[in-house]
This record gives sequence, structure tokens and C-alpha cells, in this order.
Amino acid sequence: MILGSLEVSTDDFARATGWTIKPEGACKGDACVPLPRDGGFDVRSCAERLGMALVHDGEAGLWVLGPESLGGRTLMSAEAPELVLDDLDGNEFRLSSLRGQKVLLVAWAPY
Amino acid sequence: MRNDVHPLGLEVVTVSLEMSGPEVSRPYIEAAAPQHPALVDPTHKMDAMFGVVNVPNVVWIDEHGSIVRPPEPGWPGPRPEGVIERLRAALPVLGRAPDAPAPREGGPVDVLTSGQDRETYADKIRDWVEHGDASQYAMSPEEVISRSQRRGPEVSRAAAHFELATHLWTSGRRALAIRHFKEAHRRQPDNWTYKRQAYSAVGSDRHGGEFGRFMQSPLPGEENDWPFDSDFYSEVATLDAGQYYPNTMP
Repeated sequence: MILGSLEVSTDDFARATGWTIKPEGACKGDACVPLPRDGGFDVRSCAERLGMALVHDGEAGLWVLGPESLGGRTLMSAEAPELVLDDLDGNEFRLSSLRGQKVLLVAWAPY
Repeated sequence: MRNDVHPLGLEVVTVSLEMSGPEVSRPYIEAAAPQHPALVDPTHKMDAMFGVVNVPNVVWIDEHGSIVRPPEPGWPGPRPEGVIERLRAALPVLGRAPDAPAPREGGPVDVLTSGQDRETYADKIRDWVEHGDASQYAMSPEEVISRSQRRGPEVSRAAAHFELATHLWTSGRRALAIRHFKEAHRRQPDNWTYKRQAYSAVGSDRHGGEFGRFMQSPLPGEENDWPFDSDFYSEVATLDAGQYYPNTMP
């Protein structure tokens, strides 16, 4: 998640990371991680609790947030993450639109 | 293969991990004329969300949206004859990054053809399509999680550097981008898509044409101008059989 500043709304955070901020903490699927209760949403302390790297490049004027690193594995659950990507013509596609079918998700690259 | 199994309830979704816009992927996708969704992933979400570290990588997902095999190398059938040979013949002789690691003792092996059994992989997919969870190739949720890629704080940091690198590269700030590509490579050295994306971007930028993106090592005489600590062809020369495409099947 690329950030121009550390002033991040909980909606933007949820949209980019899949973690929803609730009274009980940061939640994704069945997992909820408690957050500090004092003050409003603070992306730095949330990132620290979720094991998300927060990288800053002063020359670029940007911050970037890495994915969570809880449990030591990329997948915290076997539920497929909601992948949302465009096709060649810019049409948005959601992986969840294929529920009811088996899916082979194939990553390739032209290099 | 897709047309064989689609009537039985399986759909294929392809995702191109290429940051430089859809036009780079377009010729390949249009040549294949797919009837399935063919997507582009300019920031490598597949790496961050699923743990993809190489291409091709395949994820099996059941009707309920549950992953039954995490990312692994996989192919629809045997390697088409002559493709890699024609590519190699089209490329000039390439040099080595000055600080690239030494080749393995005994000389390089062809890691692109070792590891996962390319010829039988599609049969295992068909077994799963037919038998579902009862297939010996479908994993339990616990196994899916435990066999997904390791991710600690360093891998999260690698993903952050890589995302920033792709953002900076595509916005024209290439010297800054290379700094972050190198950090991503250093922090997750077994992620081949991070490396090949960066090396190919530089190769394409310098040499252009149909084959520039495959020039993932410096030309002889230009080694000191290569911006990375290593290069693709030197790195694969360090590997033993099965280390590039590990065999993940029982």
C-alpha cells in the first residue's frame, strides 16, 4: 500500500490490506488482532501489531506498507484472498465471481 | 487443457506479473486467444497475497473459494519443443554482474527442466477435478497454510520495497526504483519474480525489441554499468536440480 503520508483512513486501510478496523481490533476473516485503544487509528502501531513492514523513502516522499506477517506463513487461512485485477482492456475482475467452480489461478510473466 | 476440463466445472484464470502495463502482455494473451479470464498484475499482488515467488505458479481453489494447493510450479503439459532453444539462440552472449555468485561446483545444470514433473502435472489437476476433496492431490486447510511460503518481517519488508520500486519505475524515477528493487532482492532472495521483473525491465529498457526483456544479465563489456548485485543467468547457474522449480507433488 503506497502512502503519501501516515494520515490513513480506516476505509482506505481496509480497502488496500483487507484488514477491517473494529472495536475489537484489526480483523480479517476469523482473525482479530487487538490495537492500542488510546487515540484514533494509527497506521504505525497497527502495522507493528500486524507485522507489516513500513518503509519510507524521503527522496520519493512516499511510505509503503508491506503485507502482514503473522504466523510465519503467507497464507493465514486456506480461504482464497479476494484478488481484484483488470484484464487487458481495463475491465475489473474479482476472483470471488467464480465461486461455485473450481479455479486454477495461473501466474505467468512475459520475461 | 482448459477446454477439456471447463465442462467439468473448472475455470482457468491467468495473471501476468508484469509492471510495465498491459501492452507487454497483450501479444502473448492475444496469441493464446483465451476463453478464460486473462488478467494483468502490475504490482505483483499474487506475490503478496498468495505467496507466488516464481512463474509459472499455479494455485488450486475449490468451489467454496478454499485453496487446496498453494502456489507451486505447474504446466498444462510437456514443454513445447524448441521454445527455449530458439530464445537462447536469439540472445547475444551475455556477461556476469561483477558481484554475482560463483556457479555451482561441477558446472550448471538445466534447472528449467528439473523439479516438478511437467508431463504429469495436468493429470493431477484432472484427478482433482474428478474427485474433488477426495483427490490425493487436494490438501487440507492446515497443510495449505503450512506449505504456503514463509513470511516473516523481512519478507513483508521485501514486498514493501518491491511495491515501491514498481511505483517508482513506472513513474519514471528509475534510479530510485533500482534502489528499492535491490532491497527487495536482498530481503527475499528466493523470490524469482522480484528479480526477473527488475532484470527484465532493465534489459528491455536498454535493448528493447522482442528479446530485450530476456536479456537479464549485462552484455560483455557493460558489466560495470549493470545496476544490480547479481543477474538471472548467473543466479540459476548456482542452483542444483529442482531448486528453481521444486517438486511439490506426492
